[in-house]
Amino acid sequence: MYIIIIGGGKVGYYLGRALLDEGHEILVVEKDPDRNEFICGELGSVCIRGDGCEVATLTEVGTGRADMFIAVTGDDEDNLVACQVAKHKFNVPRTIARISNPQNETIFKKLGIDVTVSSTNIILENIEEEVPTHPLTHLLTIKDKGLEIVEVKIPPDSTTIGKSVKELSLPPETVLSLIIRKQRKPIVPTADTILQAEDQIIAATTPESEEALRTALRGS
Amino acid sequence: MKVVIMGCGRVGARLAGLLDIEGHNVAILDTDAYSFRRLPPDFGGTALVGNGTDEESLKKAGIEEADVFVSLTQGDNRNVMAAQIAKYIFNVPKVVCRIYDPLRRELYNSLGLEAFSPTTIFAQMLKEKLEG
Repeated sequence: MYIIIIGGGKVGYYLGRALLDEGHEILVVEKDPDRNEFICGELGSVCIRGDGCEVATLTEVGTGRADMFIAVTGDDEDNLVACQVAKHKFNVPRTIARISNPQNETIFKKLGIDVTVSSTNIILENIEEEVPTHPLTHLLTIKDKGLEIVEVKIPPDSTTIGKSVKELSLPPETVLSLIIRKQRKPIVPTADTILQAEDQIIAATTPESEEALRTALRGS
Repeated sequence: MKVVIMGCGRVGARLAGLLDIEGHNVAILDTDAYSFRRLPPDFGGTALVGNGTDEESLKKAGIEEADVFVSLTQGDNRNVMAAQIAKYIFNVPKVVCRIYDPLRRELYNSLGLEAFSPTTIFAQMLKEKLEG
């Protein structure tokens, strides 16, 4: 694949290196001459100096034949414009923008960017996973449906232990999909499944019902 | 009418002053409070510190009731992003945007954004003046 990367900062550089290793053809567009020289020195002639939001630069680098276009500068608005130019002027099939402000996720989606990667959200999700006491972990967000897949751990002192699934007051639009038990195979819960201490419950829910789901599963 | 202006530079401040005198309800946003010194001393509108590409700041400036939104910061991309938020997220009826880069202006014009390039306009004007 031919992949164009806008922004040769740390993210752009390591991304370019990884994609080269995977055998892709890449090109990094970077404004700063020193950064440009550094990348060319490290990776070979795969970096050109220029503004990735300018039509002239993007024509020069052959954006028309790019399979993927990834904008990873530190500024959300620059990433938005670069992706929009690539999409509307050059019909690049897949545009990906890095965003710092998590609120921009919905805005970018509405403005036609195919994929957004929010570094802030990713770090936040990792913190949730790494901190064992955190009651609810986000595993996956299904953006266009407004749904999310979460994991809830049942602590040993929870008031819901010994109750069956049908006794729990689960919020609407919530489905318990899987229970992972200590040293046992994962089970698909039914209405009569009894909750046990240390159960890891995987559920589909909405961002609004998250809090209610946590209370329903762990007790207050 | 209710007008929200983003960017209190020379043009933004002047436009805000002109609209204010005519009796319009003007709110002007800038990330730097120091730029509000450019507003006329008798300016009767609202001056707010905030980023126009941020939904919360725009709401504080009253974007939800605005009839007009104008983006006039020094950054083309910031202007484009703010204008698109105003037009497509908040459905402001009239949105105008400054884009210095003529090619970028052309592209966004064709995408339905009302944008002006001072570069093109001023160069053309100078050319006509020089040719007499």
